[in-house]
Amino acid sequence: MTIFIPTPLRPFAAGKDAVEVNAGTIAGALDELTQTHPDLRKHLFTSEGKVRAFVNIYLNDEDVRYLPEKEATEVSPADTLSIIPSIAGGN
Amino acid sequence: MTTLQIEKPVYDAIRAHGEETYPHECCGALLGRSAPEGWRIEASIKAGNARTDSAHNRYQISPAELMKIERESRRQGLSIAGFYHSHPDHPAQWSQTDLAEAHWLDCSYVITAVANGQAAATNSFRLAGDTEENKRFEPEPIEVKEPASP
Repeated sequence: MTIFIPTPLRPFAAGKDAVEVNAGTIAGALDELTQTHPDLRKHLFTSEGKVRAFVNIYLNDEDVRYLPEKEATEVSPADTLSIIPSIAGGN
Repeated sequence: MTTLQIEKPVYDAIRAHGEETYPHECCGALLGRSAPEGWRIEASIKAGNARTDSAHNRYQISPAELMKIERESRRQGLSIAGFYHSHPDHPAQWSQTDLAEAHWLDCSYVITAVANGQAAATNSFRLAGDTEENKRFEPEPIEVKEPASP
């Protein structure tokens, strides 16, 4: 499956905007991603191993945090994961 | 220091967006290509402000909308280079809120002051650093360019 890498994380993924992984679950896919590109880990996960609060992960068009199985959701080769850091602010 | 190059129609559009949404903050994405001297912005995409509870001084682009923006940027063969928003009756300077909520490292954050409904200064800030702990905004000049002839 394809994991799309957002602009700010590409330097930590060898400059790639997409990475192919072979995994059975979302958690497995993210684990393989950070095994291949270890510098990504601190940007995606807290020291406790949870996805950072400002990092949104989408499985196809679904926000993973709202899926019943969350990161344990099974995936297929045709699925995609998108990593989307939050955008907010104000004066 | 980096420089943000932005095509004039895009520059005008993001400033006009701030006038349209006044007295609320507008927000949107900037699409472009990376260059050694900084981002070259070729397009912008308006976004909705999800902070309807405090739109006069807060903005947020929903993750679902960001997903669509990301997809559109890939379709256009461009990268998300940064984001823009407006400060109604407030300077075009980043705030502590802007910094705390900024996570797109090495991208440009463009802010337009909108005074009494009229776009005033537009400034750009590159989010420098390589971690959440050392991120900081660095000002960058904006170079407005006429679009290339077809």
